[in-house]
Amino acid sequence: MTNNHQPIEKVSIIISRGSLEGVYPGLIMANGARMEGIEATLFFTFFGLDAIIRKRMDHLKVATVGNPAMHLPTLLGAMPGMSAFATSRMKREMEKLDIPPVGEFIEMIHDAGGTLYACKATVDMFHLSKEDFCPQVEDIISVGQFYEMSAGGQIIFT
Amino acid sequence: MTLTVAADIARDADGHIANRSDWNEEVAVALAREEGIEELTDRHWAVINFMRKEFDSKGDAPSIRKLTKESGVSTKELYALFPKGPAKKSAKIAGLPKPKGCI
Repeated sequence: MTNNHQPIEKVSIIISRGSLEGVYPGLIMANGARMEGIEATLFFTFFGLDAIIRKRMDHLKVATVGNPAMHLPTLLGAMPGMSAFATSRMKREMEKLDIPPVGEFIEMIHDAGGTLYACKATVDMFHLSKEDFCPQVEDIISVGQFYEMSAGGQIIFT
Repeated sequence: MTLTVAADIARDADGHIANRSDWNEEVAVALAREEGIEELTDRHWAVINFMRKEFDSKGDAPSIRKLTKESGVSTKELYALFPKGPAKKSAKIAGLPKPKGCI
C-alpha cells in the first residue's frame, strides 16, 4: 500500500480488559507492530493486568454474558460451563491460525523487542507486587510515565 | 554489480519480486542490500530457505511463530537478523510476495 502519509513509527497499546477476547486484540496489534518494524509499548491496566499475572495469564476466559455478539441468550450464557466451553472453542480456532496462548504470545512480543508495563494505580488497588507478574514485565509505572514514554507515538486503547 | 542484478527484475506493488523464476541466490544478496542487510550469513539462509519451502507447500509465507518453532531460529535472533520487520524482509529476500497473515 502506498500513500503520502508519514508511516507510523511507534505505538502504545493499552489493554484494560481481562477476558480472552479483551486481551488478544491488543496483543495481536502489538506483535503486528513489531513485525512491521514499529516500536511497541504495552500498558496493562485494570482487569487487563490478568494477562501478565503469572498465575492467571494462561487461564483467561471468554465472557459469555453481556456480549450480544455471542448470539447467545444471556441466561444460557450464564449457565455453568458455558464460558469454559466458549473459551476452549475459541482457543482451538486461534491455534489453527497459529495465534499462541497468552503466556507464549507475551514472551514472543517481548523477544520481538516490545516493552510491557503494569499500571501503578491498579497494582496498588489490587494489592499486587512485581513478583505477581511474568518476568517479561519491565516495570510498574504511573499514568504520567506512560504518557512520557508514549511521546511521539500513537496511543491505542483496547 | 550486485545492485544491478536486482534492478531490472519486475516487482509487484510492494516491491517484492513479481516472478519467482527471476530469483536466485545472487538476486537474494542484492535484495538483502536493498533492505540494509550487507551480508547474508548461514543463519539468514536458514530462514530464507525455510520460507521458500513453506511457501512451496502452503502457498503463503509462514507466521513468525511457525518460523521460530520450525526453522530453529528464535524470535530474538530473527529480529536481529532481519531488523525492522523479519517476516516481510525475509519474504522479500526469499523472492516471495509480502506475507498475508497477521501473526
